Amino acid sequence: MSDDVLVRTNEPPRLRPVARFRELWRHREILANLSRKELRVKYKSTFLGVTWSMLNPVLYLVVFYVVFTYFIPARTPNFPVYLLSGLLPWALFSTGFAGATVSVIGGGNLVPKVAFPHETLPLASIRAQTVNFFFQFLVLIAFMLVFGQPLLHRGTVLLFPALVVLLLFTAALGMATAAWNVRYRDTGYLVELALLAWFWATPIVYPTSFVADNLGLTGFRLYLLNPMANIILSFQRALYGGTSPQALDQLPAPGLTWYAVRLLVVGAASAVLLLLSWRMFFRRSGDFAEEL
Amino acid sequence: MAEPAVSVAHVSKRFRLYHERPSSVKERLLRLRRSRVEDFWALRDVAFDVPEGQTWGLVGANGSGKTTLLKIIGGILRPTEGRVVTRGRIAALLELGAGFHPELSGRENVYLNASILGLSRRETDRHFDEIVAFAELEEFIDGQVKYYSSGMFVRLGFAVAVHVDPGILLIDEVLAVGDEAFQRKCIQRVRELQREGRTIVFVTHAVQQVHQICDGAVMLDHGRVREMGEVADVIREYRLVMARQHIGFARQQLTRDMEITAAETLDADGRRPTSVVQPGAGMHVQVEVRANRPVDDPVISLAIFEANGEFVWRTGTGDMQLGRVEGKLRIDFNMISLPLQEGRYLFTVGIHDRSERIVHDLHDQRYPFDVTGTLEDDNRVVIPVGTKVDRL
Repeated sequence: MSDDVLVRTNEPPRLRPVARFRELWRHREILANLSRKELRVKYKSTFLGVTWSMLNPVLYLVVFYVVFTYFIPARTPNFPVYLLSGLLPWALFSTGFAGATVSVIGGGNLVPKVAFPHETLPLASIRAQTVNFFFQFLVLIAFMLVFGQPLLHRGTVLLFPALVVLLLFTAALGMATAAWNVRYRDTGYLVELALLAWFWATPIVYPTSFVADNLGLTGFRLYLLNPMANIILSFQRALYGGTSPQALDQLPAPGLTWYAVRLLVVGAASAVLLLLSWRMFFRRSGDFAEEL
Repeated sequence: MAEPAVSVAHVSKRFRLYHERPSSVKERLLRLRRSRVEDFWALRDVAFDVPEGQTWGLVGANGSGKTTLLKIIGGILRPTEGRVVTRGRIAALLELGAGFHPELSGRENVYLNASILGLSRRETDRHFDEIVAFAELEEFIDGQVKYYSSGMFVRLGFAVAVHVDPGILLIDEVLAVGDEAFQRKCIQRVRELQREGRTIVFVTHAVQQVHQICDGAVMLDHGRVREMGEVADVIREYRLVMARQHIGFARQQLTRDMEITAAETLDADGRRPTSVVQPGAGMHVQVEVRANRPVDDPVISLAIFEANGEFVWRTGTGDMQLGRVEGKLRIDFNMISLPLQEGRYLFTVGIHDRSERIVHDLHDQRYPFDVTGTLEDDNRVVIPVGTKVDRL
C-alpha cells in the first residue's frame, strides 16, 4: 500500500473551492449512490416505481387539456404546453430546494458515523430531482410530438443554459438552507411556505402579460426581479415559444437576447451566491456530526 | 523514518454550548438577548503520531475527549485548530452500526457504505459475498435494515468496515457489543488486520486490552494529552488518575460540614500507635470526625497509596447506613492482614456523600506507614496460604 495511499488532511474548515471541488469529484460515486438512494427510498414498496413520477405530469396534461379545451376555453393558446413548460422546471426547483433543505438532517446515521463530504447530501437531493425532471420532461416531449408541435426551433438553444442556471440557483439556496436547518429546524417549514408564495409570484399558471397589464411597467420590472421568473420564462421561450406565433405573443419578448441577458445575470448572481452559501455550509459542516 | 499513518498535530476542538439552546428561529428571536454561548474545549493541543502498522489505544475518563479525537482522525468532525494527516483508507467503527439508511435493504446499504468508504462498485462486488458471509446475514441481505435486530446491524457494520481493505481502522468500543461468538470473531479479525500491517487506533476502557494488543497508547485528561508513548507508562498513569477520581477526591471544594479531627495508625491489637507493620500483619486505623452541622448519610473512606502515588486499595463505611450524623464519631478500621510488599505507604482519609460528588473533608495521602520485613522472592503481595501435600 505504499504507492497508492490515500492521503487525507483534516483541518479547520476554510473553503478552497478548487481543491474542494476536486475532492467532491473524487467522491462522485457517493453522490450517485446517495441520489439513487433518494429515488429508491421514495418509490420503495411501490409497484410502479419511477413511473409514478411520470404519471404526475401525464395527469396534469390530460386534466388541463380537457378543462381548458372544453370547459373553460383558456385565453392562453395551447395552455397544457404552456403550463408544463413552466411547471416542470418549477417542480425541479421546489422539490430540489426543499429536498436539499432537509437533506442533512435526513441523512440518517450517515453524518455522525462516517466521513464523507457533506455537500454531497444537498447535491444528491438536487441530482435526484433532476433525474425525476428528465422523466417528466419526456412526457412533455411525447405530448408535443403526438400533437405535432414543433420541438426544435431557434428558441431551443435557451433550454440547456436555462437548466444550468436553474440548477446553480437551486444549489445556491439549498446549500444554505441545508446548513441552517441543522440548528434551526423550522428552516424546512419556512422554505415550504416560501415556495408556496413564490409559486404564485412566478409566471407558471398565468402569462406575464397579465402582470404587465395589471401592475404597469414599474410593477412588471419589480416582478422580474424574481430570479425564478426569468428562469421559467426562458424555459417557456425554449419550449412553448416555438409552438405558434400566438404562443410567442404570450411571452414578454420575441427575441432571444432578452432571455439570454437575463439568464446571464441570474446565472452570475447564482454562482456568487453559491460560492457564499457553499463556504457557509462548509464552515458549519465541521460540526454537523455533533449537532445532529 | 517512514511517514506516520496517522499524524495528529496540535489539534484543538471547540464546541459551542448553548444554554437554553434555541432550536428554532422563533425561539432564537425570542431569546436573542438571553441566549448565552459558552465555549467548551473538548480537545486542547493534542499531538501524537501513530507509525504505520501499529496499534494504538486511546484511554481516558469519560468526557476526556477520546471519541471526539477519534471522530476528528476519522474526518467526521473537523478540528477548530491544528490538523490531522492520515495515509491510507480509513474505516471507522463508531458506536452501534455504521451509517445505514433504514429504508434501504442490507445489500443497498452495503454498496452505499462501501462507496462512502471509498470503494468503487466493482471493488464492492468483489467483496460482497465475503461481507455477507462474515455478517452471517445471507437470508436477510435483501430485507430493509429497519427490520434488522441491533445485533444484525452491528454485524453488518463491522463486516463492511473490516472488508473494505482499510489501511487505518478506527474502533470506538464497538467490540463490546454483539454476542460473545461474534465478539470473538471480531477480535480475531482485528488481530488478522494487525498481522497484515494495518494501522489501528481504538478507544477503550478495558486497560487489559491495551496491554494485550497495543504498541502504544495515549491518555487524555480533560482534552489534553496527559501521557503518551509506552503502553506501560500510559496505563500506570491512567490507573493512578482513575483511582484518584474513583475516590472522588480529585479537585472538589471541601464543604467542611464534617471534619476529620484525628486519625491514627495502631498495631494489630488496636492498642499502641505504630507506623511500622510486618508484611501480612494486621493494623488498625482509627479516625475521629466531627459534624459541624447535621449531615445526612455521610461515608467515611480510607485508602492506601504507594509512596509514588499509585493507588492500592480502598474501603469505606459505604455498606453502613450512618443516617443523620450530629456531633462526633470514632471509626475503627480493623485491617486484619495487610498483604503488602515492603515499602512506604500512605493512608488517605476522606468524608463524602454517597455519590462522592460532595466531599466534606479530605486528608490526602497524609498518614505514612512502612511495611518492613523479609518478603520472599519477588512477591508483590502476601497471601496467607495453607499448603498441604498428600502422598497418593
